[in-house]
Amino acid sequence: MSILLDRSTRVLVQGITGRIGNFHAKEMIDYGTNIVGGVVPGRGGETVHGVPVFNTMKQAVSEIEATASVILVPPPFAADSIMEAADAGIGLCVAITDGIPAQDMIRVKRYMWRYKQERRMRLIGPNCAGVISPGKALVGIMPGNIYMPGSVGIVGRSGTLGYEAAAQLKELGIGVSTSVGIGGDPINGSSFRDVLALFEEDPDTKAVVLVGEIGGPQEAAAAQFIRTDMTKPVVAYVAGLSAPKGKRMGHAGAIISAFGESASEKVEILRDVGATVAPTPAEIGSTMADVLAKVA
Amino acid sequence: MDIHEYQAKEILSGFGVRIPPGGLAYSPEQAAYRAREIGGSKWVVKAQVHTGARGKAGGVKLCSSEQEVFDAANGLFGKRLVTQQTGSQGKIVYRVYVEGAVAIERELYLGFVLDRSSERIMVVASASGGMEIEEISANQPESILRTVIEPAVGIRDFQAREIAFGLGIDPAHIQEAASNIKGSYRAFRDLDATMVEINPLVVVESGSIVALDAKMSFDDNALFRRPEISELRDKSQEDPRETQAADRGLSYVGLEGKIGCIVNGAGLAMATMDMIKLAGSSPANFLDIGGGASPERVAKAFRLVNSDKNVEAILVNIFAGINRCDWVAQGIVQALEDNPVSVPVVVRLAGTNVEEGRKILAQSGLPIIRAATLAEAAERVVTAWTKNQKHNVKLVASS
Repeated sequence: MSILLDRSTRVLVQGITGRIGNFHAKEMIDYGTNIVGGVVPGRGGETVHGVPVFNTMKQAVSEIEATASVILVPPPFAADSIMEAADAGIGLCVAITDGIPAQDMIRVKRYMWRYKQERRMRLIGPNCAGVISPGKALVGIMPGNIYMPGSVGIVGRSGTLGYEAAAQLKELGIGVSTSVGIGGDPINGSSFRDVLALFEEDPDTKAVVLVGEIGGPQEAAAAQFIRTDMTKPVVAYVAGLSAPKGKRMGHAGAIISAFGESASEKVEILRDVGATVAPTPAEIGSTMADVLAKVA
Repeated sequence: MDIHEYQAKEILSGFGVRIPPGGLAYSPEQAAYRAREIGGSKWVVKAQVHTGARGKAGGVKLCSSEQEVFDAANGLFGKRLVTQQTGSQGKIVYRVYVEGAVAIERELYLGFVLDRSSERIMVVASASGGMEIEEISANQPESILRTVIEPAVGIRDFQAREIAFGLGIDPAHIQEAASNIKGSYRAFRDLDATMVEINPLVVVESGSIVALDAKMSFDDNALFRRPEISELRDKSQEDPRETQAADRGLSYVGLEGKIGCIVNGAGLAMATMDMIKLAGSSPANFLDIGGGASPERVAKAFRLVNSDKNVEAILVNIFAGINRCDWVAQGIVQALEDNPVSVPVVVRLAGTNVEEGRKILAQSGLPIIRAATLAEAAERVVTAWTKNQKHNVKLVASS
């Protein structure tokens, strides 16, 4: 098993006719993802990579019973696309788009709350690499070949640092159940905590790698969850030890603006609740190998 | 994106926030003229630089004659103002703002932020204004009032009143204070701000409420729909290396170490900086080349990093997903052939088209030190840097 995504997940690509949408739709199909269609207003009736394009999400959901979608539309229209997915009854929406205004995300989050919990969409991202359940399905932009199927969950903000972690694990013969990029924006869909909860419930995930970074309260919230609800071991690394205060490090959310938001403070909080902290980003894989050896 | 105090005040004033009379000057003569225009007998001359804590650094002068205004402005123009927040390089003063002085009764703090926990706009207020919010939260945490705004309905009258009463405003002036608070919120929301800070917001002798200083920052991701805000950008206040990088589609932050970094992805870039630090040196910069980088963009990144005088070794660390190692390698080779460098260069490539990339580097015949893993890359660049330093020391000693 895996979380969020498997072979049966029926995925729509929002923005499938754009350059980026088109390219990644093909990559996802090649990986084996069950891409069932695309949505682009005004392009309904066309076919891309053998799947139908619809004008609206509602139409796509009612005609081909899609359950998930991936957002590959430009930033000015992305928030609207996410809300359209929520309204159409999509269960999982993965927003890859980088550059969505923060206040648009405030509205998106508020909008999602208008639905009762049982039909409320789960949003991953934006500004993330996506979700992959190795060997099953890929909804995102990561290179599928660096992930080996297995039983370690990965959750992180950064795409490339997530690749680094997966590659280190593979090098040591350790596979991944699902890897989730929650994205580098200050206001995002699912938090570390939300994804940890899913891994905790997944019988096929034995341990979790958490890759955090400077800025925001989500690592601290994750630590709280690890202390109270997590039985599986967590290996953590927090990027940005050498990042100065008040400077945005690439990601819109990677800025130390308050107490507790620096890498060293977050590391301290995570260590306190029993997470095993990887001493360097080059030792995420080996730290996990040690932890797994102890569990076994 | 940050703007100047006078720009923030002009914006807030447009949303009904009361500000003292003032005018901008680009020369001492103009400053004196502004003082005459404003009238009265006391003025404040304020350096317009993108930083707080200007007062302590000598960037704010109280004057009681037009001549004093002239002299104060004269002393500020061209001055490099170093405050607690600017770092050692400081910010140069090209504009001053002349304002009629007001008789301050009490200083308050009023701020608006994007609160990441509640995922909403939050008002932060305190009756202990005039010092930095960090100081207030360290010294008088109980004085801080926090109010989260529901995005669907915006700030409500009762919320603005609660804040005003909480700040101890005289009942006769509650409506006036509330309309300042609501106006600031609307400016934040309507213009895609990420921060509005009025510090201090002052109660003057008559009981009126006036914004004595103001700071605003805006969401870079929303500038596409705020052309009027983009126009307020003042490049003279930015790190020139960062401006140059942004114009080339690169995300760059200048730091003070010795190892130049070229990486893809913000997280990996931070991790690479961490590795350099742990290996015993320190990074000269943060640089993310972004996704789908062309050989040209990589070459530009390389030239940018190499143009930094502090850089004594360069580390390229690429884990390609939507990037391509062959393009990155082509970019590096192109940059090195156009401009041979005197510092050691270490390159680590992984991911998409890695074999092609490695081949391009090997066939170029350039003195590039290659590494296969992140650990190896950091260790090799720091070793090469250390050796080079010793070598340079020897050269100096023997000459």
